[in-house]
Order: sequence, then C-alpha cells, then structure tokens
Amino acid sequence: MPDNIKQSESQTIELKDPAMAGFLAWLIPGLGHFYQGRRAKAGLFFVCILGLFAFGLVLSSSHKANTNGEGKIGYGRAVYFSWKQGDRTWGYLCQVCVGLPALPALVQANRMSHQKKVWFGGFMAPPRPDQCRDDNKNQPTLHDLHRVLNRRFDLGWVFTTIAGLLNVLAIYDACCGPVLVVHDGKKEKEKDDDKKS
Amino acid sequence: MFNMLLADVSSILRLDLWYALPIIAAVSLVYAATRHEDMRSIWAHAGRVALWIAGFMFAVFVLLELLDWLSGR
Repeated sequence: MPDNIKQSESQTIELKDPAMAGFLAWLIPGLGHFYQGRRAKAGLFFVCILGLFAFGLVLSSSHKANTNGEGKIGYGRAVYFSWKQGDRTWGYLCQVCVGLPALPALVQANRMSHQKKVWFGGFMAPPRPDQCRDDNKNQPTLHDLHRVLNRRFDLGWVFTTIAGLLNVLAIYDACCGPVLVVHDGKKEKEKDDDKKS
Repeated sequence: MFNMLLADVSSILRLDLWYALPIIAAVSLVYAATRHEDMRSIWAHAGRVALWIAGFMFAVFVLLELLDWLSGR
C-alpha cells in the first residue's frame, strides 16, 4: 500500500502509517485524517458522522417513566448490545463501526449479564428481561422502549447505524486515500488528438 | 382560512420525512469526501449526490402515489 498518493499535479496526499490512520479513524471519526494532516476532511467526517450518531442517541432518549411507573427510559437507548434469543442486535455490528462512542454499550451489556447495576441511568444499556429481580429491575424492557419512544426508537437506530456505515467509508479513505475519479476514455483521447493537431 | 393554512403548514412540519434531511446531507458529504480531497470539489459533488437522492425519493413517491391512485379506481 503506497504511503503517498498523487491525486493531481498539484496535490500529494501523505497517508503516513495507513494502519494507524485506519485505527484512529475507527476510534473517533476524523481522527485518522487529523493524524494525516487532512484537517478539513477530518472536521467534515467528525461533524457529519458523530453528528448523525449523536442525533440518533438524542432521538432514542426520554426522561419519561417506564410503563410500570418504576424507573425511567433513559438515554441513548437505540444503541445497545444483546445476544439473547429473540433480541440479537445485528445492527450493533454497524453501530460499533463508529468506534469509541459506541463502546459503552458493550460495558453495559456485560454488567447487565452479570446482574450488576448498569451505569449512568442505563445509557446504552440493553433492555432488561421481563423477569428481572436484580439491581436492574427498574430498567425498561424492550416493550417499554417501543411503547414510550414509539417511532423515535427506530429512527434513532437508523441514524446510529448509518453513522457507523459511513465511518466504514471514512476508515477506507484514511487507509487508502480518496477513490480517484476515472475520466472517460473518449475525453482523454480527444484531449490527445487536440494536442497532436 | 388562515387557520386552515396554519393547520396545513403545521401538519407538513410534523412529517417524519424531515428526518431524511440530515441523513441525505451526511451521506452526500461523506460519500463526496471519499472521492475528492479539495473541499470545493467535495461540496460540489455532495450537492449533486444530494439532488440525486432527493430526486430518487421523489420518483418513488410519485410511483407509489400512482399505484395508489390506480388501485383506488
């Protein structure tokens, strides 16, 4: 993999260490590009991808109470990890591509699976099982999330998943540079003919 | 009449379709940014992609409305 890419006569893109750039781009959107000195694109990826992810978190948040009146819905509920039968979050495989901002979901899922109280009021925590008697009994169930958040839960899921998928493009750009636009062969030939005449 | 107009405007503003705008903007900008390095080219390409996406969505909307009209005849 080349460490430099010449995009045009006036511009050479220095990729530095592409593997490190790719890892940083995954960790925080735009950080890989910032490491490479491509500051404008770093800012653009950071704002677009994290903005989309944050908006998805906000959409899937509520201070309203659960349907049983105990506990609250909490924040960032569209992003959680679960591998239980009937609630396998395949979408998390896309959300985790955003990197560090999506990792709290793994910590919360681990705590809930070991019957430990989830942190920060259930931020990115999975919904509790219907029969739950441990410290997480005031957490909402999946039914609570759909009933209280309604379509905002699905919208939040869409926004955060798309943010993750977009970061995959950004990671590729950090590792390999921009996908160069291929000019039309006919136009290139016409230019050569013009030069000859 | 003014109340009816206000009601129409408020119902349009409550459409879930507005949620598509930030998605279209972000997708267009990120896609264009993976094709260019110069910011001016990125913005120009992003504008074209956004118009393509919005146009495609509008075409699907027209098709669905047509099918609805045909099925209701």
